[in-house]
Amino acid sequence: MNRRKDRKNTSKNSKAKPRAAEPAHTVGSGTTDTTTQTAGPDPYAATSRETTEGRVYTVTGGDWDGMLDDWRHDERIVVNMGPQHPSTHGVLRLVLELEGEVVTQARSVIGYLHTGIEKNCEYRTWTQGVTFVTRADYLSPLFNEAAYCLATEKLLGITAPRRAQVIRVLLMELNRIGSHLVAIATGGMELGALTGMTAGFREREEVLHLLEFLTGLRMNHAFIRPGGVAQDLPDGSDAKIRDFLTVMDSRLPDYDKLLTGQPIWKNRLRNVAYLPLDGCLQLGVTGPILRSAGLEWDLRKVQPYCGYEEYDFEVPTSTDGDAYARYVLRVEEIHQSLKIIEQCLGKLEPGRVMVDDPKIAWPAQLTIGSDGMGNSLEHVRKIMGQSMEALIHHFKLVTEGFAVPPGQVYFPVESPRGELGCHLVSDGGTRPMRVHMRDPSFVNLQSMPAMSEGGLVADVIAAVASIDPVMGGVDR
Amino acid sequence: MTNMTTTSGNKGHDGNDKDKGLAPGRTSSAELSSAEEAEHEARGGVVAGRARRGMFGVQGWGDTSGYGGLVLPAYVPPPAQRPYGDGFDELTDELLAAMQERDVPAAAIQQTTVDRGEITYYVHRDHLVALCRTLRDDPALRFEMCSSVSGVDYGTDVPQRLHVTYHLTSMTYRRRIRLEVAVDVDDAHVPSVVEVYPTADWHERETWDMFGVVFDGHPALTRILMPDDWDGFPQRKDYPLGGIPVEYKGAEIPPPDQRRAYS
Repeated sequence: MNRRKDRKNTSKNSKAKPRAAEPAHTVGSGTTDTTTQTAGPDPYAATSRETTEGRVYTVTGGDWDGMLDDWRHDERIVVNMGPQHPSTHGVLRLVLELEGEVVTQARSVIGYLHTGIEKNCEYRTWTQGVTFVTRADYLSPLFNEAAYCLATEKLLGITAPRRAQVIRVLLMELNRIGSHLVAIATGGMELGALTGMTAGFREREEVLHLLEFLTGLRMNHAFIRPGGVAQDLPDGSDAKIRDFLTVMDSRLPDYDKLLTGQPIWKNRLRNVAYLPLDGCLQLGVTGPILRSAGLEWDLRKVQPYCGYEEYDFEVPTSTDGDAYARYVLRVEEIHQSLKIIEQCLGKLEPGRVMVDDPKIAWPAQLTIGSDGMGNSLEHVRKIMGQSMEALIHHFKLVTEGFAVPPGQVYFPVESPRGELGCHLVSDGGTRPMRVHMRDPSFVNLQSMPAMSEGGLVADVIAAVASIDPVMGGVDR
Repeated sequence: MTNMTTTSGNKGHDGNDKDKGLAPGRTSSAELSSAEEAEHEARGGVVAGRARRGMFGVQGWGDTSGYGGLVLPAYVPPPAQRPYGDGFDELTDELLAAMQERDVPAAAIQQTTVDRGEITYYVHRDHLVALCRTLRDDPALRFEMCSSVSGVDYGTDVPQRLHVTYHLTSMTYRRRIRLEVAVDVDDAHVPSVVEVYPTADWHERETWDMFGVVFDGHPALTRILMPDDWDGFPQRKDYPLGGIPVEYKGAEIPPPDQRRAYS
């Protein structure tokens, strides 16, 4: 009571002071005499008067309740977030209907990154298709390539050699680590944990450096090809990968120190963006979100491909179904991926990395020449100088490509975000009839309203970050 | 070298024979007799491909390869013969029993195809929703999740060229099936399965956006990837890819969709 009295006095005193000292909340100018309000029950409540321009409020105290009561229920606020917004995880547009700070309806608008990848694939050979699909979900390019190539191989009825399979697993798990690190980093940035971002991107840089060493490119590798992989791993890969494992093992505990046990991080994520198991199934949600709701559904375990059944790893789950559980699962999946990579090193035995079928396999091995990566000089010498047939064969395979028997397949793999399916239709030609990527980001993003409606507007950001949509995959 | 396409084609068909369990003596699905083809037509005509003429796609000028008269008929997915294998027999039996229980006519499934270890049920659109509900709810089937809904356009000269494919997943039994609905481009209407599988919402919007298939009963069938005022359906085969010719060192390189296609 004393405090109120003091403030009343201040208010009265301020009357005597020049205008500049008046409370900053005054709306309108030269409005009312605040002293006339002191007799009322709440001397700090807003007063108002009608003017020719409309209703003018004067707010004198720190209490906005009276003013908000007038607005509430007859005024909804529709907030447009994005498509260019630092917290929407890419060119995603959110349309939020708010009542105060509570989201009553949320919708997402997509399509800002539609690049026609699926249509473009129909005008290229099956091998060239890899270059397109790798650009769909740009944070997990190797998974796009793997899904596409495994589907193509299923159509062709071939299996990549064992060494190629191990290399694929190795690259995919490296990629999974990189993708999860970006999920944690950008999620942290969007929630204000900027150190989370710098740490996440620092470790991701390690992944990209290693991928660049192994495949030649940091992103959009086009390294996995129908029938195997583009080329063998370079000399010294083993040591580089082991160095990477050591670095990651030493740095991953930092995430637990920085984020996992941190009270602000927990408060922002715990019980936020809750989606139970039945909701996940109805919305077709897969990946860490589904596993955070308690279902141990990981295609590497339930429907193994690329020899995943030989690897010893766990599928972490949680029953909390909230954004925090998804964060914890992603960190744990990074640990599991490191475990798989280590096992890959033990399984890498010398051998072919492309099927032994000259009708499908690229005829030339790639090597580094004086002008960069290209067909090996030996091969060029042979086709240009010795064997006309080899030249014709090379030309045919490069320009026309190989024919794929008619039919259709759907091949799902477990990408960092969930079930990444590739639906391929062939009509028997050297170009696909239809390429469809069932991208987990696209499907999972549908759960954004279910996660955020009824919550606070700040939690929408946490929800989107925990879904981790990659717009390249959503829009394709 | 010159008969590369045909060899790979035959290889593929041979491979198919093992998987599909074609009738003995039949080497290729493309060799369906005219009576069989007529039967196909009567049942909804599941044609999945275009017929090809010549070998190198040469049109409008002389073909010197000697293969100009080569005709490859359109691919028709062959109906599977029992036993299907891979546990698909039990699955189909369960499905037929469940359909009978729920008064879904057996004729709802026009054709069953088993190819490369995947089963496809070609479904009549009138019974699609009831069939999906059966697949989801029946305790012996339990296809809880709809993985994907997408369209396929089989080309302008193909009857019922627009197909909508549904990839359903049973997490309980760890099985996957494909439903396929074929419609004419003039009557591209398919009932929406959103009430059974809410996840189909965006998938169906995308299929509408890209192929112009109208999903009747969809809560808000609007374009999703293209702008709202876009004209045409980009992933139809008669929609151009776009692009302009590029000049490089004096030669003009046509845009990808106008380049020579080999098959």
